[in-house]
Amino acid sequence: MRRDRVRVLLISLLLGVLFVAGWQATTARQPKGKGLPGPVAVAATAWEMLRHPFYDNGPNDKGIGLQLGASLGRLAAGYVAASVVAVMLGVTFGLSPTLYRAVNPYIQVLKPVSPLAWMPLFLYALKDSGQSAILVIFMSSLWPTLANTAFGVASIKRDYLHVAAILQLSWWRRLVTVILPAAAPAIVAGLRISIGSAWVAIVAAEMLIGGTGIGYFVWNEWNNLALTSVIFAILAIGLIGVLLDAGLGRLSRRLAWSE
Amino acid sequence: MAFLEIDHVTKHFPAPDGRGALCVFRDVAFAIEEGEFLTMIGHSGCGKSTLLNIIAGLERPSEGGVVLEGREVARPGMDRMVVFQNFSLMPWMTVVENVRLAVRAAHPDWSRRAVTAWVQRYVGMVGLTGAEDKRPAALSGGMRQRVGLARAFSTEPKVLLLDEPFAQIDALTRGVIQDELMRMWNATRNTVFMVTHDVDEAILLSDRIALMTSGPEARLAEIVEVKLARPRLRAELLDDPEYVRLRAHILRFLVEGARREPALAG
Repeated sequence: MRRDRVRVLLISLLLGVLFVAGWQATTARQPKGKGLPGPVAVAATAWEMLRHPFYDNGPNDKGIGLQLGASLGRLAAGYVAASVVAVMLGVTFGLSPTLYRAVNPYIQVLKPVSPLAWMPLFLYALKDSGQSAILVIFMSSLWPTLANTAFGVASIKRDYLHVAAILQLSWWRRLVTVILPAAAPAIVAGLRISIGSAWVAIVAAEMLIGGTGIGYFVWNEWNNLALTSVIFAILAIGLIGVLLDAGLGRLSRRLAWSE
Repeated sequence: MAFLEIDHVTKHFPAPDGRGALCVFRDVAFAIEEGEFLTMIGHSGCGKSTLLNIIAGLERPSEGGVVLEGREVARPGMDRMVVFQNFSLMPWMTVVENVRLAVRAAHPDWSRRAVTAWVQRYVGMVGLTGAEDKRPAALSGGMRQRVGLARAFSTEPKVLLLDEPFAQIDALTRGVIQDELMRMWNATRNTVFMVTHDVDEAILLSDRIALMTSGPEARLAEIVEVKLARPRLRAELLDDPEYVRLRAHILRFLVEGARREPALAG
């Protein structure tokens, strides 16, 4: 197993080096200021931005740290709200298959809608672009958690519910000590998909609403034709996505159980 | 009036083809005295576990009812604790947490310390001291059922319902845990209703044994009394003429008397 992991790591590093070298080779010969920027130019920009991540020179010139912070703030607000609602609804549907089957057609229709399609309605209703973006995040992270929670609760073994019934647990204790822990692996799997789709949606939402955030930053740098910044921002978005997923991965390992 | 009365209980299930109903057992009536250990024995499909679930309140009878201390029971309650064949421990909880869940439910007004002490006492009683913080997945079948017994006894229920509690435990461990159950029962003298298809187990543990014919439409054929002095020792029982007679009687019933016409057998 150890040798396997070393081998995977080596191949992985090799592929990375090959990619960067190929990138450098194709971009090195073009005249300065034309074509895609090379890795060296991107690295220089990255270094510049990481040295002062939190500077603030007015609305169109903020540090990458501030922009990412703004995005993460929106993500947190929309994602936490969506998760709470999705888990509550999911538990309700999971415990009542009849109700679930009754609302399922509506869920199926709403689920494939891109969360961005809601933006005009939110903007019209709320007259506030910041809150609308949060609601877009809310919509993007609702369905996976909802569906997984409902599935997880519906497939709890009857034996566990029988024990809860015999012990005459109050509905609150039954929820906290039996239903949620039993469904936890499925719920966290849903939360993990949700945070991924929320992070994907926020970049597009911020491109639309403008102001702050990593999505707005990408669009703004594109308007400035600062492609090195765009490439660096793409890397930063990817890395944050990995960290978010890893955090929920840890949570899922903590809540996992086997029979 | 009897302590626990099974009052002419009949159970139908919807037929597999969706038309009509299948009768599992019909008109089963008997009574259990307080402190008595009564075992029901029968082939698979005679509905004995269904009857146990009806007494537990987990299933409803189609006809008839169950009366405990003069009051009809229709819902699950802490006065009737079940020990399940598949243990039914919460797999995300440790041994102690599984027992504590029951003790806290039985005594919501107890302090944390009182609950912990009570839990420890029962965990020790089943010989699981040292395994308190293990989860069921890390335990053998025998150890899991010890947790199941500790959970059930710790709430001091009026009736203990044992649903083939040793069926999923390997034969060598089974004897040890049967002895432990016997010891705990001797100490507490709970009223017990057990279902099993193990004749030796039934004779070793019970005061009386109820024999069910095969399903569908199973019936209670007879109830035999086990006139063997307690405490019973497995090794001595084997040569006891009463034991031999009883064992032969029950086995003959299961082989011959319980048999139904092939056309009726499920």
